[in-house]
Amino acid sequence: MPRRDDIKTILIPGSGPIVIGQAAEFDYSGTQACKALRSVGYRVILVNSNPATIMTDPEVADRTYIEPLTPEVLERIIEAERPDALLPTLGGQTALNLAKTLWETGVLERYGVELIGANYDAIQKGEDRQKFQEAMANLGIATPEGRMVSSVDEALEFAQTIGYPAIIRPSYTLGGTGGGIAYDERQFREIVRQGLHDSPVNTVLVEQSVLGWKEYELEVMRDSNDTVVIICSIENFDPMGVHTGDSITVAPAQTISDKEYQRLRNYSIDIIREIGVDTGGSNIQFAVNPANGQVIVIEMNPRVSRSSALASKATGYPIAKVAALLAVGFHLDELPNDITRETKAAFEPAIDYVVTKIPRFAFEKFPGANDTLGTQMHSVGEVMAIGRTFKESLLKAMRSLELDVRAGTGELNLAQLEARLTPQPARLPALLELLRRGKSVQYLWERTRIDPWFLNQLREIVDVEAEIRDLPDPQRWNWETWREIKRIGFSDRDIAQITGIDEKQVRELRRQHHNAPVYKTVDTCAAEFEAYTPYHYSTYEWEDEVRDSDEPKVVILGSGPNRIGQGVEFDYATVHAVWALDEIGYETVMINSNPETVSTDYDTADRLYFEPLTFEDVLNVIEREQPQGVIVQLGGQTPLRLARPLSEAGAPIWGTAAAAIHEAEDRDSFHSLCTRLGIPMPKGGVASRPEEAQQLANDIGYPVMVRPSYVLGGRAMMVVNSDEELQAYLEQVYAELPDEPTILIDEFVAGATEVDVDALSDGTTTVVAGVMEHIEAAGIHSGDSATIVPPVSLDDSVIARIHDYTERLAQAIGVRGLINVQYVIKDGEVLVIEANPRASRTIPYLSKAIGHPLAKYAALIAAGRTLAQIGFTEPVTPSLYSVKEAVLPFLKFPGVAPALGPEMRSTGESMGIDADPYLAYYKAQLGAGVKLPLQGRVLLTGDDLQPVASLFEEQGYEVVTRGAHEQHAATPGANGQPGPDESDAREATFDLLVDTTVGPLARLAVDAGIPLVTTREAALWTARALAAARSHGLTVRALQDAEVPDQVAQATSSTRK
Amino acid sequence: MSLLNKPPAALALEDGTVYYGYAFGYRGKSVGEVVFNTSMTGYQEILTDPSYNGQIVTMTYPQIGNYGVSVYDMESNRPFARGFIVREFSRVASNHRSNQDLQSFMEQHEIVGIEGIDTRALTRRLRTGGVVKGVIYHGETDDELEAQLVREAREHEDIDGRDMTPEVSTPLPYARPTFQENPRVVIIDFGIKNSIVYKLEQAGAEVIVVPAKTTPAQIMALNPYGLVLSNGPGDPSGPRYAHDTVWQLLGILPTYGICMGHQLLGLAVGGKTYKLKYGHRGANTPVKNVITGEVEMTSQNHNYVVDLDSIPGGQFQATHVNLNDGTLEGMQHTRYPIFSVQYHPEASPGPHDANYLFRRFIEEVNAFEGATALPTMQAVKPG
Repeated sequence: MPRRDDIKTILIPGSGPIVIGQAAEFDYSGTQACKALRSVGYRVILVNSNPATIMTDPEVADRTYIEPLTPEVLERIIEAERPDALLPTLGGQTALNLAKTLWETGVLERYGVELIGANYDAIQKGEDRQKFQEAMANLGIATPEGRMVSSVDEALEFAQTIGYPAIIRPSYTLGGTGGGIAYDERQFREIVRQGLHDSPVNTVLVEQSVLGWKEYELEVMRDSNDTVVIICSIENFDPMGVHTGDSITVAPAQTISDKEYQRLRNYSIDIIREIGVDTGGSNIQFAVNPANGQVIVIEMNPRVSRSSALASKATGYPIAKVAALLAVGFHLDELPNDITRETKAAFEPAIDYVVTKIPRFAFEKFPGANDTLGTQMHSVGEVMAIGRTFKESLLKAMRSLELDVRAGTGELNLAQLEARLTPQPARLPALLELLRRGKSVQYLWERTRIDPWFLNQLREIVDVEAEIRDLPDPQRWNWETWREIKRIGFSDRDIAQITGIDEKQVRELRRQHHNAPVYKTVDTCAAEFEAYTPYHYSTYEWEDEVRDSDEPKVVILGSGPNRIGQGVEFDYATVHAVWALDEIGYETVMINSNPETVSTDYDTADRLYFEPLTFEDVLNVIEREQPQGVIVQLGGQTPLRLARPLSEAGAPIWGTAAAAIHEAEDRDSFHSLCTRLGIPMPKGGVASRPEEAQQLANDIGYPVMVRPSYVLGGRAMMVVNSDEELQAYLEQVYAELPDEPTILIDEFVAGATEVDVDALSDGTTTVVAGVMEHIEAAGIHSGDSATIVPPVSLDDSVIARIHDYTERLAQAIGVRGLINVQYVIKDGEVLVIEANPRASRTIPYLSKAIGHPLAKYAALIAAGRTLAQIGFTEPVTPSLYSVKEAVLPFLKFPGVAPALGPEMRSTGESMGIDADPYLAYYKAQLGAGVKLPLQGRVLLTGDDLQPVASLFEEQGYEVVTRGAHEQHAATPGANGQPGPDESDAREATFDLLVDTTVGPLARLAVDAGIPLVTTREAALWTARALAAARSHGLTVRALQDAEVPDQVAQATSSTRK
Repeated sequence: MSLLNKPPAALALEDGTVYYGYAFGYRGKSVGEVVFNTSMTGYQEILTDPSYNGQIVTMTYPQIGNYGVSVYDMESNRPFARGFIVREFSRVASNHRSNQDLQSFMEQHEIVGIEGIDTRALTRRLRTGGVVKGVIYHGETDDELEAQLVREAREHEDIDGRDMTPEVSTPLPYARPTFQENPRVVIIDFGIKNSIVYKLEQAGAEVIVVPAKTTPAQIMALNPYGLVLSNGPGDPSGPRYAHDTVWQLLGILPTYGICMGHQLLGLAVGGKTYKLKYGHRGANTPVKNVITGEVEMTSQNHNYVVDLDSIPGGQFQATHVNLNDGTLEGMQHTRYPIFSVQYHPEASPGPHDANYLFRRFIEEVNAFEGATALPTMQAVKPG
């Protein structure tokens, strides 16, 4: 059956803000789906509250709603747009859950909206544990044995039959709270008791543990003709027990024979049919007992997933795109394989390389959090690397992480290294180091259950390192030696570290021996057919497949793995650069290592190099492609860091010059620049010894903001109020950072308003694109603060001064493109904190708020266009208010205080748009997944909250207030018995907690899913937002409808904090 | 063992190209037709598939040997491939099914291997230039030696037109023990894979395997209810006697041809075959069943294709076509229970999607009432 003609309009819900477990991969899949469906003539309605996405760009869908992903809002949109169908399989769990609710509440039926892709029953069967197990039993496929129990005795009885370790999963708790793995009866009793307590229905599921079994995933596609194909098999390096999102994974499967693989394949086909996924992709996870091959199915996701994004990038098969087309009736054998053109989408990719994914974590942002990996996902991003062998792809993936993964492991003693054998981010370097120290593969297998094949590969890497060490001086290596070492996958930097010579020298010597990488193509078919898609990876082989072209080229550097502080917003910016440069006739070349992204979609740029963003790997591509320009300012710190070395190596850096970037980033030169320009800054300085720090702090006067130099993203940044606090801070920093960094100390302007400014400059003209006012007071990282644009509490003279300072700074630094400047404003005084001549985190949000694609303009300026040519010469004041709210991952880090601070910890953001600033704020909260109560009981803890209390009381809320000092009484009582407030939280006897002291109660609110506000300013906004929401209700608006009138209505004076 | 200084080896092709790599497997030299296979698993099944007789197999998947070698995965009693070309072979085997590592298996069966080859470049060379003959040589080479190796490759006997069945077929007929009252099926062994026997048994047949040169009378003397024409190596025009055997048995028994068996059927009824540029070898070829509209993933290993239009009298209709290049993948007789497929429904290695063909054949066999009940074949004898 070809394309369905009975449906015309399709609604696609996105996945909302980036959270741990649901990230940029859904921007990639949603964007692909929108493009695919529009290309065959459907009208696509997109809803997503996350502005930092390509999919929410007005050009991607016919109608784009940056609105909260709640059933109520979706109903409004359905009412307005009257879609014929809803495609729920591309927006992660969020979209699936929404679709389920809309089906259950009858909304879909009422408006005649058909669920396509996955029907309600299939969603149910995939999600509901009981139903899933029944379905598997029908097929005769084993699942982990499990029993729902409601008492410790009952649990113990079942544990007798399955043995230890056993898994305990409490029913209906958020994020797996209260669950765990018990290795013996004592632990088991403890966890079951806690789990029964945490579960609102007082039941827990006790499950057979398959800890240490091999873990596999298959990506499956099915069409309405019942053709089923397997796109990719993935084998986890880390065996069962570590969430697959936190595991190092490898494609294709490495250690199973054809017979075993075909069994998994057959099961997968049976499962997708039995669950009843009509069309599209699913991900199925299996555990395989390494001792006898016994197979257990763990779970299936009836939708595209993080793994399917990885599988798409690993194979070149566009799963989301094909899934979207299958949902509207196409068959796999009717769709072409884009890469080969001649063959069809009905096939199973054959790959002739090895793909390795390594997750990236952010535990360092959450002091006190336990970094042991388990059944709950914690990673915030991932890298993928392609090599011709596992060793090569692993070594590439390790350097793609942009962390010095080897750092420090050499100094650890044996016991410390062995302690790292329990699953944790540092396990891989520890394994390598233990092998270096002579531990056997057998021993490490016994300790970790990582398949001996993988361990043996690590062993070979270590053996080669030893061989290199035994070689004579690299000056005397011949071509063959260089060739072999590079072919195994060692980077110039690895070789430099092993031989003790400088990386640049390694590069020189290697090039003297004519060893440069060649580039192979990802083609879905292992070279069986000709490939037309220039999707490449480097390796040291004999044949290079890159087609030369005479077109002028530009290389755009991507942003690498997502991490806190550098996420999908930079991918957004780089994709815009690609589009902009493509429009003006350049051939675009993308380099990136992050499989979750739109930028690494093979049809985004003209050429895609899936490569680590290191000096060596990037320069190799530049030398191969000989571009006219290289764009480094849009991908965040990762490419910016490379600006200087690349420039020194002769690469043509476009946009702001490397030296100018350095001038802005270097504290001293920036300070003297501001002094020269007469732009005031907070007092501050640099101290290299503790005594100096003490002196400096006293000169400035407490409170001061302290941070170590060269630690990015606000790491280890803190506000200290006294000599004692400073002393404690310094001791801790020196203990943690062995290099004894210098300490930056700045005046902390307490109670000030912070402002973020993004501006564009072409060297002659500078235009301020937006002044974004922070809702929270200064001292909270700009990435974690809610912001509003246009500003509501700044008077015209302040805004004029901000414009003036920004323009002069941009001009003086020599910005060609974007600059982000941060200011604090107190008592009408404007102080500049820092300036970054690059795209900032706020670019997508601001672009959508003002209706101008700023990253695109920046790329055009980099290519030599002027703002006048672009037509962007005046600041734009939007008619609507746009609020950005940060989304924080505290739930995933038990025991960590959910306080905001100078260190950024949010993983994503939402945006709320409305004519009323408070409704915009309310929408942003909803979009962030915070369901502010429209009535009920509000508990206020902290000082000076009377104005907040009054606002809530006026609205008829029941308000309970506690002073800050009373907080201590609220800590859990002796003997582990819950204190009175703890039981308050647990039983959800209040609907909103305002706790500016961020005491234990705040943590309990996080765990119980009760909305929490931790600052006074946000509390005031929340109260006003609720008042506005109660009196007006919500309206929805598509981006395409937003007209931009000249002036925005001035906000009421009451908005002042 | 040093990983930076491995024993050298070279692969010389008849067109003069020489690839350098490292020696593995049996130490020596080997000549054959160089082909590539894109399966990501199943190297042992490929090595032991008699259809690869006379060929040097290149695996496009770069890591080979990871899960070792298992007694359960033998497709015949020994490897038939002449040589093995891989990017990297695994020095260790890790899998509970493994009884042996790949190195010792190849040593034991005297299979010469070369690793460290840019197998992707070689595959692209075979794809664009077509299948070529080549020599794997273990040891250091110089210009003179390389020139000699290239000559050896060039002078090596071509596969085209040769009958290789004597090298691969069983010398004597054998019956498989059975404990059930299942209908008897005779397989003519042109180089059979064990999996064909297993799948027939699983589907409910008692199997007797007979040598390629068994006469029709000898076959009928076994009182079979069905006839299977097995796969086999090389050019189907080579074993001319088989065309006659098949022709004489045509219409007498329900018949099922697989791969070379399918080609022999086509030739027996007067059709023609032609050679593909570089063949189909892999485990991911989409085939469309033109009768049901269903699409199946198939395992393939062939160089020759039946030209359906060349079969006189419209006796056969296409049942399956290759979605990638439109070539014929299956056909059936318009009147009699005779069908055949170009691909490998027994898989091993590869997807099991086409297992239904064995069940379908056994259904035909069960419905068949004995050889005497069938009228004589009315087909057009080739001229």
